[in-house]
Amino acid sequence: MASTENLREKIKSKRKALQASLGGSRQVDDNRASVAVEIENGARNENARKVEEIQNEDEQVENLKRTMKAQRQRRKKMLIDDIDDVHSEESIQEVNIITHQQRTLPPLPVPTPRTSFAEYSMREKMREKLKAARSKAQSAIQQEEASAPPQHLTPFKDQTSVIQFDTEVDEEDMKTAGVDELPHPSSKVRFHEIANKIKQKSKDGFPSAEEAYNFFTFNFDPEPEEAEEKSKKQKRVGAPKKIDHEEESEGDWDEEESTIRTEAEEEEEGEEEDQPLVKDNMDNEDDYLFIIDQTARDFLVIRAPDYESYYSRQQKDKKVLFTPSILTVATSEKIPEDMQPRFLEDEGIYVGERPKVSKSNQNILEHRLLKNKEGKKWFGSDGRIIALPNPIKQTYTRPPIFSLHEKVDPAIETFYKKAEKSIDDNRYIAGSMELQGRFQLDIDISGIVFTHHPMFSREHVLAAKLVQLYDQYLCRQQHNLAGLYSDKLCALRNAVKSITDYHHVHISVTQRRLVEYKSEIRTTRRMCHMEQEKDWTLLKNLVKVWKDVKSLREFQKFTNTPVKLCLRRQQINRKADEINYEREIQTEVAELLEDYQEEYENKLAEYKKKYEEWKAWRKAKKAKKKKKKSSDEQETDDTEESSMFEEFPKPDPPEQVDVSLVEQQVRTTAARIRRKPGEPVLTPELSMTATVTPTNQCPRGEQLRRQDVQRSTLYAKIIFNNKEVSRTSSQTLSADFRIHFGQIFNVQIINWPESIKIQIFETMGMSSTKTEVFIPIPETTVLTGSALIDEIEFSNAHRITFDHEGVGSGVPFSFEADGSNQMILLTSGKLACSVSWAVREDGVPLIPPVLHENVGVQRSLKHVDAILSIGTSGLTDMKKLARWAAESRLDPNDPSNACLMQLIMSATSGEALDHDYFRLEQLQEEFNFVSDEVFNKSKRFRLLQLRNEEVAEFHNFKQVPILDREISEKIFQEYEKKCHEKDTVDITSHLDPHRALVARFLQKVRDSVKNRFLLAKHHYILSDMVVEEAVPSISSGDSRMLGISLFKLAEPRRPLRPRRKERKKVTAQNLSDGDIKLLVNIIRAYDVPIRKSIGGKPALTSRSARSINETFSTSQIPQSPTQSHEWFTNQTSVRPFVEVSFQRTVRQTSTAEGQNPNWNEELEIPFRAPNGDYSTASLQSVSDDVFINVFDEVVYDVLEDDRERGSDVHTRVERHWLGAVQVPFSTIYSQSRIDGTFRINTPPVLLGYSKERNLSSERGWEAVRSLSEGSYLSLFITVEPHLVPGEAVNEKMIEMLRKLETQEDEKLLQKAEKFQKEVKQKFPNRRCVTLVTDLTGKLVFITRFIKALSPPQELLDAFPQDYEATTELVARYVSLMPFLPDSISFAGICDLWCTSDQFLNLLAGDEEEHAVLLCNYFLAMGKKAWLVIGTAIPEGPTAYVLTYEQNQYVIWNSTTGQYYGQFDAFCPLQSVSCLVSADNVWFNVQKYETVMRVHFDTSKPNLWKPFFSRNFPFPGLSSVQPEELVYRRTDKAAAVELQDKIEKILKEKIMEWRPRHPTRWNRYCTATLRQFLPKLEFSRGGEVGDDHSAELQNQLGDYRISGFPINMSFSELSPIIEAVHSTGVHNTMIPQVEFALAVYVHPYPNNVLSVWIYVASLVRSR
Amino acid sequence: MLSGKPSVFLLMVNGQIESADFPEFDELYCKYSYVYGHDWAPTTGLEEGISQITSKNRDSNQCFVWNFPMEITFKSTNPFGWPQIVISVYGADLFGNDVVRGYGGVHVPTTPGRHKRTIPMFVPESSSKLQKFTSWLTGRRPEFTDPKVVAQGEGREVTRVLSQGYVTISFNIVTKDLKKLGYDSIPANQTSDNTGF
Repeated sequence: MASTENLREKIKSKRKALQASLGGSRQVDDNRASVAVEIENGARNENARKVEEIQNEDEQVENLKRTMKAQRQRRKKMLIDDIDDVHSEESIQEVNIITHQQRTLPPLPVPTPRTSFAEYSMREKMREKLKAARSKAQSAIQQEEASAPPQHLTPFKDQTSVIQFDTEVDEEDMKTAGVDELPHPSSKVRFHEIANKIKQKSKDGFPSAEEAYNFFTFNFDPEPEEAEEKSKKQKRVGAPKKIDHEEESEGDWDEEESTIRTEAEEEEEGEEEDQPLVKDNMDNEDDYLFIIDQTARDFLVIRAPDYESYYSRQQKDKKVLFTPSILTVATSEKIPEDMQPRFLEDEGIYVGERPKVSKSNQNILEHRLLKNKEGKKWFGSDGRIIALPNPIKQTYTRPPIFSLHEKVDPAIETFYKKAEKSIDDNRYIAGSMELQGRFQLDIDISGIVFTHHPMFSREHVLAAKLVQLYDQYLCRQQHNLAGLYSDKLCALRNAVKSITDYHHVHISVTQRRLVEYKSEIRTTRRMCHMEQEKDWTLLKNLVKVWKDVKSLREFQKFTNTPVKLCLRRQQINRKADEINYEREIQTEVAELLEDYQEEYENKLAEYKKKYEEWKAWRKAKKAKKKKKKSSDEQETDDTEESSMFEEFPKPDPPEQVDVSLVEQQVRTTAARIRRKPGEPVLTPELSMTATVTPTNQCPRGEQLRRQDVQRSTLYAKIIFNNKEVSRTSSQTLSADFRIHFGQIFNVQIINWPESIKIQIFETMGMSSTKTEVFIPIPETTVLTGSALIDEIEFSNAHRITFDHEGVGSGVPFSFEADGSNQMILLTSGKLACSVSWAVREDGVPLIPPVLHENVGVQRSLKHVDAILSIGTSGLTDMKKLARWAAESRLDPNDPSNACLMQLIMSATSGEALDHDYFRLEQLQEEFNFVSDEVFNKSKRFRLLQLRNEEVAEFHNFKQVPILDREISEKIFQEYEKKCHEKDTVDITSHLDPHRALVARFLQKVRDSVKNRFLLAKHHYILSDMVVEEAVPSISSGDSRMLGISLFKLAEPRRPLRPRRKERKKVTAQNLSDGDIKLLVNIIRAYDVPIRKSIGGKPALTSRSARSINETFSTSQIPQSPTQSHEWFTNQTSVRPFVEVSFQRTVRQTSTAEGQNPNWNEELEIPFRAPNGDYSTASLQSVSDDVFINVFDEVVYDVLEDDRERGSDVHTRVERHWLGAVQVPFSTIYSQSRIDGTFRINTPPVLLGYSKERNLSSERGWEAVRSLSEGSYLSLFITVEPHLVPGEAVNEKMIEMLRKLETQEDEKLLQKAEKFQKEVKQKFPNRRCVTLVTDLTGKLVFITRFIKALSPPQELLDAFPQDYEATTELVARYVSLMPFLPDSISFAGICDLWCTSDQFLNLLAGDEEEHAVLLCNYFLAMGKKAWLVIGTAIPEGPTAYVLTYEQNQYVIWNSTTGQYYGQFDAFCPLQSVSCLVSADNVWFNVQKYETVMRVHFDTSKPNLWKPFFSRNFPFPGLSSVQPEELVYRRTDKAAAVELQDKIEKILKEKIMEWRPRHPTRWNRYCTATLRQFLPKLEFSRGGEVGDDHSAELQNQLGDYRISGFPINMSFSELSPIIEAVHSTGVHNTMIPQVEFALAVYVHPYPNNVLSVWIYVASLVRSR
Repeated sequence: MLSGKPSVFLLMVNGQIESADFPEFDELYCKYSYVYGHDWAPTTGLEEGISQITSKNRDSNQCFVWNFPMEITFKSTNPFGWPQIVISVYGADLFGNDVVRGYGGVHVPTTPGRHKRTIPMFVPESSSKLQKFTSWLTGRRPEFTDPKVVAQGEGREVTRVLSQGYVTISFNIVTKDLKKLGYDSIPANQTSDNTGF
């Protein structure tokens, strides 16, 4: 038994081994177990078997071991005899196999566990090799197995007990038991080693046969051993307690192993049956001596399996396992002791929301944390786990994606975006498309020279300085600026001299040049001095530094640098030098003196001037003084003067410059900046010839420094576009701080170089410093081969200090002993390198295309110091540059300035001039497709522009020619003329100057109004765009009710009851020429004048019965013989036909007979719109009239010979004009149809015709009716297709106007609107007019227009007695005012109302103006008069005047001056809707509106709805009319002049109309007619005709006259011409016809002219 | 004409109103007309036309096929006011009234070659519900005062319209002298040899 100490040690070691092989052993177990499954026997058996086996095995092993012990020892000594070893191992193997054999002997020989056992640590190879042998063995064993199983059970049990016992007994075993399987693997390992070796051996080719032989033959004595073992075990039985004890003590001893141990124990407990045994075995391994004598049986212990109670297991578990509780941990546990939990949130500190964790999980976590030692640090002061606020936000931080396709999840919706090439790509990748190729940069890094290095010694610093100064010196020497300047100075002086010598005459040019030269001399001299001084100081510095170096070397007693400065002395001719010097001094002095003199003179002049001033001032002062006092002059003078001095200082006379002083100055400067005369010229020469003291002779500090220098190495990295491309080899820093790399790097690039950077890394020991140097990208012209090595300076602000001689970097140090004059040097140096573009073999440079064109320019300028003077920005400003060049007097011939001069030249001469103006839309020009000039010149563009502006002349111009030359100038002439006329009055073109003015004024009004309504015109309302059935109103009219209209749908169709169908309305846009036709239906005529003839007796009889106020002559017209002819040929009194002419198109009806003819014919006349524009506005402005003329067709028998009458018919048809009806197209257009009976305008005198009175007329006899005696024509006129009148526009206008300004009260406006709406609802067809537009476009209440205004006195005086006649005259006067419909003057705009004075001024107006004027006159005349708003034919909506006279209402047509009784059937007024007086408006609310059925009693509210009633009384609206109308007397001379003019023009026209016939004028007749016309005027077209015709017949007896006078108001000439033309007088084709034409113009006040034209054709009768 | 340089250019349009798609209606016919500017004038061909009544195809896609040819030549001096074709489609409603089913218009293509256009068609809406009902009842639906208003922008703001369907038209365009007069309507990638007659 070993001592406890030993034991412990053993245990320890074993345990270690165990730990290492723990896994392995387990595996073994596993293997074993798996194998065991195969075996039919139970686990126990197996265990028992195992034990047996092991025992056997062990025995054998021990035997073996014994034999091998020696070998092992030998091995330890590293003296292994190979062969021996092999042998020994073989033997082991054999033993191993023997055990197998052995096992065959006991009843349970299981080969598999064994093999596995062996196999466990064996290599695979071995296993394979062994397989063969094993299988053999197995087969053998199995054979034996089969024979021996029954023997086995009893010993099994025994064995276990024994084992138990054994373990208890064997102390050592026990200790191993603690270790458990420890020995197991170790033994195994050993085994395996051996086995391995054997394996190898066998592999090496040892005969397996032999092995096999040994295997089977070798072992035959295990039995005794087993017995021995048994006995031994039995011996040990006595000491089980001790072991327990030991175990406990072990636990105490090995605390560190405790965990392992417990584990081991657990395992032990789990596998108690075999484990201790195994241990045992293992122990035996070591203490083989002990076991030697034991037999295998001794170790076989069989024991019942241990059962551990659940409780105990739990207890054990508790020790090992920790199960965190889910119960809440008390807060006190979580926070440090004696602290209260602190809740930050309660204290008002914001605490974020914690992430959500379930309570139980949190508790578990807390428990776990608390279990740890430092667990508390996880808890905050509030006793909760420290947690960050919940990072999950409640709201979306990303905006939601709304998708067009709702079904697609917005997150996964894909958008197709076309790949596009970034522009930037081109920037980086040079040669984008065209130049595919690689480019190459050659970067040559030749070396680095440090100008300062941290490891510089002081001497180095000085030496570097010296070198630098020397370099500077050399550079200066090379430039030799001082020399240059002095040469220049010389040259300038010479020039001055030559000028002064040869040009004594002071020509201004030379004078100026002289001044220039002088100033230049001054500057040059200054420059020269400066340069000289610089040179001199440089030289002095050089010498000083060298001296410093020398002194330093002496001081430190060693030399560190090889620098050596030699000063070469150049002896010169002292005398000559002195003379030269002196001369220079003298010239300079002279020049200076000259300058000073000049200055002096200037000053003197100034002084003099001042002095004069001062003198004058003093004089004045003195004079004052003298007056004051005479005594004590001196004193006062002095005081005065002194006082004066303050007030007006006496100017100091300028000092004359002292020559000597100047010279002195010059000399001192010269001495300062130049070498003294006679002194030798010193030329420094720097050489590197000084010997450097060897290191070993230097002091320690220096030695260290030098070592450091040697240790430090440098290398450079090349960074291209911020990417490292290459690096140089590492070089050691040489003693002179120069590094030579001498490497060229070829950088192949595809990107445009952005930057090239070289990083210099210096490593010294561990530390390394980095310095960056940027290298400019070479220009494209820099190619390899031509590139020069550049020295690029760099520096590094890195701070480095050393404890040796090195001065460091960025550290202050001083050369002085006292530490003064400190300086700080930074690491700096020069990198010698060159970057260039490589050239290919074929000579093509590998350069990417140049991107910035101006790079070159700027580069070339870089070297010029222009940058310094004007800054880099100035370079782009050429002006500035040029100015600078001029100022600095750049020498244009200097080659170094050449490129700059060229640039300036090109800049100043070229177009790069700056503009002096600023433009807002600088890009506008680019968008102009032609220049303004071209635009204005082009006729086409002008035409297009005018058309677009809707200028009337060009409004609908079609097909503007594409070429300018196709546009004739004439097009614009008219327009230009018109534009021109707007300002100048062209009297000549008009017959009457006043009319011209009026026309112009009208035009202006028209323009202004047009502009005002232009907006509204383009303002559409729904009805303009969409045709829609109106909502059938339920309240109004019965037939319009929805229900009834529905019934109508179901109504049976009644084809026999035709109903009027509404024609489809056509809007004007889609019409073209020929589409529109005017349909004129001539139905019948009444009371057509009949021919006067002998046979016309009834006419005479009727005539006697005529009314009283008709004066009729009873004289008979003598009948001419021709009339008898007539009578014979024409049985009827008259054969009238109707001719309709419109736009010079003439249609005529057939001829009817009788004075009441009936035609019933439809005439179709095509309509052409002006310019082919069929828009509403255009159609409205059509001013053409439809002339409906009634002619009498007279057939003359022209057969001369009566004898032929029987056989021949030879007649001539003549037509005699009887009268006309004139209907303006605008009326037709706005009315869409005109249906009614019109009075035919018959001339007052119709030669050869008389009115036949029809006594039996059904119309009955009425006095009033007789006043309006005349012929009538029934007509129906319409336009086909139905055009939509532009009335909507007018309505809109009113709407618009309402929004525009008005002077009316808002209340009134509202009331008006309400009123209108009300009545409109009831009587939609009746016009209600309350608010009208005046000429300025404002809304005016209609009553304001009505005011009593007196007519011209002249008219009132005409018939002082006859009231009725006066009335008629006034009406006539009004009717003579020219009529101009608003729709024409304000085309497409609206109805404008003029006040009466405006009307009189304009002398043009439509019905409203006439009616208002007439009404006003009547009111002034004391009549009861109203304005009647209604509809009439043919005018349509119109205004008439109603008067109440002699108990009856008379209706006056103001435009014709005619009047009708209320019950006159032929009254053109068809309906009455409104009555307007000066203070009220009444609306007709009667059932009927026709004049005859209307009661005109406005006092009855059920008949007339008043606007102003008791509810809304008349507010007393003031009139817009003037107080009084002022009339101008018309110039009679002008009237006569006009008369002649008209006559002349008409005669010309008639001749013109008869191009193929001669037109003869009968002067006699004309004269007669002329006399007659004034009479007609006097009688206002009254009944003078018969007298007159009689007279005429008397005078012109031989002639057959047909003719008539036409009366009209004068506005313009064209209507007169038109009227004459329409009569067709000129159409007479009778040969030898003569014409007579007389014109009479009767002037009325205010330029109202009545024009009478008498046209007659005369045919001589024989 | 003085020289070889033309003073007008010609635009020849031929093609056909091929088909229409009006899902709700049947038995439709269409009218077409052109709207063009002041500088345009038709030289030959029909300016207006009215097609036959066609019934809906009985298969699934139910389109109307008119295949109504049209041919017209314009001359002009100015591309401003380039012709537009205006189509209006009519058909009988429930009570047999002829009502409009759609208006639509499109510019005649400016480039020579074959073009196909699909025109959305619309009709003006009634201005109130009641009117809508009565118009439905009486068969007098709101109509444009002139179908040509669809070719102009002025005044459209006062109307409310309802989409009805589509009409497909194919055009074959030939131009003459357009380029000679300085108007290059052909895109750069297209060869210009098909411009002449």
